[in-house]
Amino acid sequence: MSKIHLKMTVNGRAVEALADPRLLLIHFLREELGLTGPHIGCDTSHCGACTVDLNGKSVKSCTMFAAQANGAQILTIEGLADPGGALHPLQEAFREHHGLQCGFCTPGMITRAYRLLQENPNPSEAEIRIGISGNLCRCTGYQNIAKAIHAAAERMNAAKEAAE
Amino acid sequence: MIPAPFDYHRPRSIDEAIGLLAAHGEAARVVAGGHSLIPMMKLRLARPDHLVDLQDLQELRGVREEAGVLAIGALVTQQELIADPLLAAKCPIIAETSRQIADPQVRALGTLGGNVANGDPGNDMPAVMMALDARYRVRGPGGEREIRAREFYQGPFATALAANEILTAVRIPSPPPGHGHAYEKQKRKVGDYATAAAAIILTVAQGKCTAAAVGLTNVAGTPLFAAAAGQALVGTALDGTAIVAAVRQATAIAQPAADGRGPADFRTHVLGVMVERAIRRARERAA
Repeated sequence: MSKIHLKMTVNGRAVEALADPRLLLIHFLREELGLTGPHIGCDTSHCGACTVDLNGKSVKSCTMFAAQANGAQILTIEGLADPGGALHPLQEAFREHHGLQCGFCTPGMITRAYRLLQENPNPSEAEIRIGISGNLCRCTGYQNIAKAIHAAAERMNAAKEAAE
Repeated sequence: MIPAPFDYHRPRSIDEAIGLLAAHGEAARVVAGGHSLIPMMKLRLARPDHLVDLQDLQELRGVREEAGVLAIGALVTQQELIADPLLAAKCPIIAETSRQIADPQVRALGTLGGNVANGDPGNDMPAVMMALDARYRVRGPGGEREIRAREFYQGPFATALAANEILTAVRIPSPPPGHGHAYEKQKRKVGDYATAAAAIILTVAQGKCTAAAVGLTNVAGTPLFAAAAGQALVGTALDGTAIVAAVRQATAIAQPAADGRGPADFRTHVLGVMVERAIRRARERAA
């Protein structure tokens, strides 16, 4: 089985590798690139712990081959904070509002929320819950997760207004 | 879970893709969004030696209206179907159905072509396409042909699509303006297949139903076109008696499996509830 020459941009960095066609994107990110933020939860595309942003869409990286992502722009939780170290408003809000308990779902939850707020900067409570319906929290902390996303949206909108 | 090894191909044209299928026969499978095939590969229920990724085939994208037919490219994703303004205006049952499929991440990649072509009786779009009397355009080494959705499904994961053919587009005769529609789905949780679901397209003139077509999801080894259920509604005022008759016709052809979604009798009962709700909602929406 011939290997695939992969080239993609991950968190703003150009990466290149030779990979088996059957290598899943989540394994490429975690094992080849050392990006262990995206987690392997259910491994069956239900739980969303492996969510990454790919060409402007939220996707479950356990259900995609790295070869399919060849040429793509990928963002993982590791790429969300400012390179200077300042947390992303979503990360700040999850901390402030206790949007995590065990933390296992958090990278996928925040990465999904990041795309949700790009698509809909002013989501209602119901839209937030539908928007994160592909991400499971086994601590069942949805109340505070929704609160954190709402707070982050307000902060991001205020920052955008101030910049205009 | 690691799939069995395979060779990966990313053709640049449909002809190249068909050439790959012709060369490798049953050992090759096409992949679009991959959200049916990749889970099966991870469980090793599918073990293609060659995976043909269709993502670069721009001809398989986009939604158009051509001479009264809505033509939807096979690679159009559920997320794109939800956002499409032409479909929202002409055929809103499609977005209504897409919203009930899986979750946002799966809808970002899952395609209409994959949903209708892989023959999973749990998939939602086939029953809708049966109600709409859609045609699937397929291309193989011998050229193009069209297959009616109502004649496409032969058994679980068995369809009229040959191993060397690719489904390129779904073609739907535009339903008349003012038609009533509904897709009613009972499921246990986000991301689940239907316990039972029903699709309906109908038209009403002067208070009487003039046409009705009903499709059923996940209550048999294939999606079902419930012709007699539709017939039971035509000529009626879609009143309680007509609804009872249609429900009886629909549930008579259901043969659901007993599984985690419930015993067969329960799932047949739920199907009746879905058919009734779908008729009532479609009636409200018909102009």
